[in-house]
Amino acid sequence: MNSETLNTLDTYSKNKYKYGFVTEIDDEKPKKGLNEDTIKFISQKKNEPEWMLDWRLKAYSKWKKMKEPKWSNLSFPEIDYQDIYYYSAPKGFDKKPKDLSEVDPKLIETYNKLGIPLEEQKVLAGVAVDVVFDSVSVATTYKGELEKLGIIFCSIGEAIQKHPDLIKKYLGSVIPPGDHSFSALNSAVFTDGSFVYIPEGVKCPMELSTYFRINAENTGQFERTLIIADKGSYVSYLEGCTAPKRDDNQLHAANVELIALEDAEIKYSTVQNWYPGNEDGKGGIYNFVTKRGLCAGKNSKISWTQVETGSAITWKYPSCILKGDNSIGEFYSVAITNNFQQADTGTKMTHIGKNTKSKIISKGISLGKSQNTYRGEVSFLRKADKARNYTQCDSLLVGNQCGAHTVPYIDSKNNTAVIEHEASTSKINEDQLYYCRQRGLSHEEAVSLIVNGFCKQVLQELPMEFAVEAQKLVSISLEGSVG
Amino acid sequence: MFLEIKDLSVKIENKNILKSLNLNINKGEVHAIMGPNGSGKSTLANVLAGKEDYEILNGRINFKDNDLFDLNIEERAQEGMFLAFQYPVEIPGVNITPFLHSAINSKRKRKNKEEIDNLSFAKLLKSKASDLGINIDMLKRSVNTGFSGGEKKRYEILQMSILNPDLAILDETDSGLDIDALKIVTDGVNKLKTKDNSFLIITHYQKLLDYIKPDYVHVMVNGSIVKSGGSEIAAEIEEDGFQKFQ
Repeated sequence: MNSETLNTLDTYSKNKYKYGFVTEIDDEKPKKGLNEDTIKFISQKKNEPEWMLDWRLKAYSKWKKMKEPKWSNLSFPEIDYQDIYYYSAPKGFDKKPKDLSEVDPKLIETYNKLGIPLEEQKVLAGVAVDVVFDSVSVATTYKGELEKLGIIFCSIGEAIQKHPDLIKKYLGSVIPPGDHSFSALNSAVFTDGSFVYIPEGVKCPMELSTYFRINAENTGQFERTLIIADKGSYVSYLEGCTAPKRDDNQLHAANVELIALEDAEIKYSTVQNWYPGNEDGKGGIYNFVTKRGLCAGKNSKISWTQVETGSAITWKYPSCILKGDNSIGEFYSVAITNNFQQADTGTKMTHIGKNTKSKIISKGISLGKSQNTYRGEVSFLRKADKARNYTQCDSLLVGNQCGAHTVPYIDSKNNTAVIEHEASTSKINEDQLYYCRQRGLSHEEAVSLIVNGFCKQVLQELPMEFAVEAQKLVSISLEGSVG
Repeated sequence: MFLEIKDLSVKIENKNILKSLNLNINKGEVHAIMGPNGSGKSTLANVLAGKEDYEILNGRINFKDNDLFDLNIEERAQEGMFLAFQYPVEIPGVNITPFLHSAINSKRKRKNKEEIDNLSFAKLLKSKASDLGINIDMLKRSVNTGFSGGEKKRYEILQMSILNPDLAILDETDSGLDIDALKIVTDGVNKLKTKDNSFLIITHYQKLLDYIKPDYVHVMVNGSIVKSGGSEIAAEIEEDGFQKFQ
């Protein structure tokens, strides 16, 4: 690597995170720490029925006996669960505001700054958005139009009140609370997130989207999202996330469950841009996320697409359980790490039904002193006749102090399974840089262009409205100074 | 003087490649450099473009009143220097159209000219492509990715005609081309030629010079220019090879 490349890399490291502002707003919190009182406080704030509180408390008693999973390629100090606030809401949020006139203008301004207008006349065309601020859902757009089709799109808190049958049937059905310590923790203290139900035969006509914002200090965000696509239905869902710049690490432990019944399809996209910490590795979000989809019915399909650019630590494996015959699971991922960021991310594809297919495309880009790991598990159970998997993991190193790692596990109990695996690791190519610069592009532009090209296979899976944004985000993560 | 190379000596990894090389090019002139393999022709092209692998031991280069060594690769490009590569590199996933659009705008920005918008650029690209007999479908592909040798060279010429350089250096653009492709490439050069721009054509074979008429031909051997003259030199080489110059 020549000196100019290193110099430019140095300027990249002075990463500027443009979502790092704080909204000054009075908030309401319980005491710090995790105990039964905290859980009761949350449940009471959300006006939950008894059975929900019981469910939470059971999860809590499981969590107390569990230890954090330690197999990942991540290093971070012990998390002190008693030094975190588990709930934070702007004052007066005991009831979700009926319309925007009841919402504090400061909150509306916050979302305007983040590029998510909530006012009627300015809402994003063709995208229904649920916005979550710390522990509460602030607003959901396009609700009425979706209701006409029988689609339910609301906060999970509201769904617990209004659709208890669906919640009782499906919550925790894909990620049991006792699955591991983070799922138990989330089940005990989850605050808000989205609930989606698409009725039989309905193709959701617009993108559904949730925007998560952590604002309060020392506060964990415990997002819970549940999406159910009934027989023959289709939905495309997107989540985005940002947080202010703070010197302390903050915990985000989300659980997302997807259920696709016969002939249904769910497309779930994430653009994760939590605050990654500064150039010395101080601050940033610890992002421990469990995302799992169940292809319950025949011919169902679940597709995960993620663009991971933020967080100090990312621990995340969006997975598919391919139970229905002929069901399809897909995972498309771009993970960019810079400075001292660490990402350990990948997927799990569990083939149970016959003729099930899975496809994994992972692109990891490491810069600065970061570490980027792809971890994947593809398993074929005994009855998964003629199941197929295709895996492609590519890593790109920019600079010479970062690391890229690939940890693929394959486990087959059925000898008709077909598995293809391709992997590559490369350094950013000096000849490509020379070529671009000879055409007049700056060194930064050239790197950004080449990296975007490297990610294209994944970025093109994103819904149109977001592909351009994601491309810009990729460039920003590299440059730090642009935007 | 438009381009003036004086006493240039260059080495790479302890090997002296260029030795006290001198060359002057005026506006509106076409110069050809011929020489055997390993004589340093491509090194000269890359030193002009600013590739960083070389160590400049001695000499200076002036380009349009700039000390060339004060400019980095992209600044030289923005000042109007263009290198048609001998082996254009593939850049997977990077579409030709936005790539060239960014390139032309970075040049315009340096000249404090307004950026060219998407629509006007698309029009420009289409018209230039059809002038060069390039299929519009090719413009949907990634830069050089999966291109045949001929397609790569044609795409170099397309980029050249879009960027409209003051000095175009063609590094063995003729190598690996069949006669039809060679005609397309040389037609492109001839169309672009005006009294205000200059060409430096590096070639191993005399064949290219049947299609592009150079004002001057230089013979390069072992890192220096050993003979300069008109197109009659090319004919000499055609007959006797480089032997007698060595």
